[in-house]
Amino acid sequence: MPHDFKQLRLDRVSRRFLNPSGAITTAVDALSATIPRGEFVALLGPSGCGKSTVLNCIAGLLPLSDGSIFLDDQRIDVLPPERRGFGMVFQNYALFPHMSVRANVGFGLRMRGTPAAEAARRIAKAFALVQLEGHEDKLPGQLSGGQQQRVAIARAIVIEPPLLLMDEPLSNLDAKLRLEMRGEIRRIHRELGRSTIYVTHDQDEAISLADRIVVLQDGRVQQIASPQEVYAQPANVDVARFMGYRNVLDLKVEKTSGDYVVVSGDGVRLTGTIKQPLDGARAWAAIRPEEMTVGTGGVNVIDGKIENVEYGGRDSLIDVRTGSGLLLHARTPGKPTPGETVQLTVPPERVLVYPHGGAP
Amino acid sequence: MNAAARVARPALIDSAWLLVGPAVLFLLMLFVYPFLYGFALSFQPLEGGRLANYQNFFADSRAWRTLVTTFGLALPVTVINVGLALPIAFRLRRRTRYQRWITALLVVPITLGTVLIADGMLTYFGPRGWLAQTLQLVHLYDGPIRLTHNYWGVLISLVISGFPFAFLLLLSYVTGIDPVLARAAATLGANRFNQFRHIYLPLLAPGLAITFCLAFVQAFSVFPSAVLVGAPSGSTRVISIAAYEAAFENYDYAMASTIAMIMGFAQLIVVAAVLALRRAFYRGPVSGGKG
Repeated sequence: MPHDFKQLRLDRVSRRFLNPSGAITTAVDALSATIPRGEFVALLGPSGCGKSTVLNCIAGLLPLSDGSIFLDDQRIDVLPPERRGFGMVFQNYALFPHMSVRANVGFGLRMRGTPAAEAARRIAKAFALVQLEGHEDKLPGQLSGGQQQRVAIARAIVIEPPLLLMDEPLSNLDAKLRLEMRGEIRRIHRELGRSTIYVTHDQDEAISLADRIVVLQDGRVQQIASPQEVYAQPANVDVARFMGYRNVLDLKVEKTSGDYVVVSGDGVRLTGTIKQPLDGARAWAAIRPEEMTVGTGGVNVIDGKIENVEYGGRDSLIDVRTGSGLLLHARTPGKPTPGETVQLTVPPERVLVYPHGGAP
Repeated sequence: MNAAARVARPALIDSAWLLVGPAVLFLLMLFVYPFLYGFALSFQPLEGGRLANYQNFFADSRAWRTLVTTFGLALPVTVINVGLALPIAFRLRRRTRYQRWITALLVVPITLGTVLIADGMLTYFGPRGWLAQTLQLVHLYDGPIRLTHNYWGVLISLVISGFPFAFLLLLSYVTGIDPVLARAAATLGANRFNQFRHIYLPLLAPGLAITFCLAFVQAFSVFPSAVLVGAPSGSTRVISIAAYEAAFENYDYAMASTIAMIMGFAQLIVVAAVLALRRAFYRGPVSGGKG
């Protein structure tokens, strides 16, 4: 297996399952993507969107129903997992419970018949990289969750795989450890420069780690873009909703001029930016709570009464009910109290308007 | 009264004893007492010193040979049962639509008694049974077929009745191993053989040891099939037949107890040996993380 490659190319990869009931479920539908060498790519999507299926297909743990996978010009989807040589980190770590931590890390080298001296050197290097020196002779069960995760990463990188696959590696850790390990994973990627495909349902994780994000929903690619773009310019209303645009309003299109559009309904009237060509009389307007602030200035002003306050340290998340009964989420650094009347404002650039096609 | 005060007052009888009590009583009455009684009885021979029964057993070749005969049946049967059950259970480790049906089919012999199996075997494997007739009909083998009333009859019968136990036990051990471990091994370069050799086999070792012990003990105490499809006065004169003869033909209960004690001791040696071997292997959880 070449350790140096230019790109991994997924060409219309599909994976269908036969349900016990006899119906066919499409977990991944004609997914195409190209991943250049050295890049950190996050597969992001809600649970059940097919992201783990994609990863298992790349690793060779699941056969494709359709399509193909190429590493440069070599077709690899026909190879068994042991001949692809991609390192994989599993959600529940999948450490071999009967082997010492050292034997776990050395397993891939043992399978490759690496000479003992060379193996020992590489194992020691891997332990140093994940900062687990001194734990080599323990059994996995004697380590904490975070340490087990480090062992799993060391085990995957010691074979120097062309591609590192990670399947929600942090979802079993507590919040503090998750943040810490996130930094570790970023550091390891920087030090090794290894291409990484990282599956997660946590948009913060994807944004902070990845060079590029592939947003999946219902087995289809919704958007492939940089973290900045996915965060600020979601490709469609589903991606927006998933990326934390908690205010998604169903409004009537009044008039459009260039990129701007005026939408109204339920007692609110907003000027927003068109993100996708509008196709009818109605549209979705998506706004992040942190971009809807308490204030009086600007084009878009909404009056309402605070219903609920969630204190968040630096600022508070407030639920505001408008006169017509619409519930909006906003953030404010002030000291809001429930029952208070407030005026919310949001710049037209941050009101993203999408066509109404499909369900909310 | 608050909860803390209620907890602080010690109970007169731990409620756990109420649950365990009947079982302990049952065990004492029906196992420990008869065992100790038999043990004591074995040292009270009808004639001679305290150890006379044991000396007589090992001096009489007709007696000690039963021990050899029993080992000669029980060990191969156990190896065959565990050896057959392991690959089949391994193949059926993934839950498929067929798994339930195959499992049900394989387990059917458990519901048949030894006597029913013996009866079926006499019709099927006998000199004029279906097997012999079929083989002669298609001229595959024209010689005489002797698979009943000898060693092979008992062996086949013990495999039929013992296999389902070994299979069910191993199936539960195999399905208990997290399949993600084998997948992790595959991504690290282990082919199917190496996945089995390095992941499944070591994690199965404790289960294999237990299954081997239970299958062995079950086969070692063979009695009905040794009589019904074997040669109870010849090649399949197993130790339980010797004990039966001592007790109910010679009315020498002391000698029968002695034989039972020797039988138990022989089983204990094998079980202890297997469990000692098992200690050499890993014994712990068979999943790969806290998840």
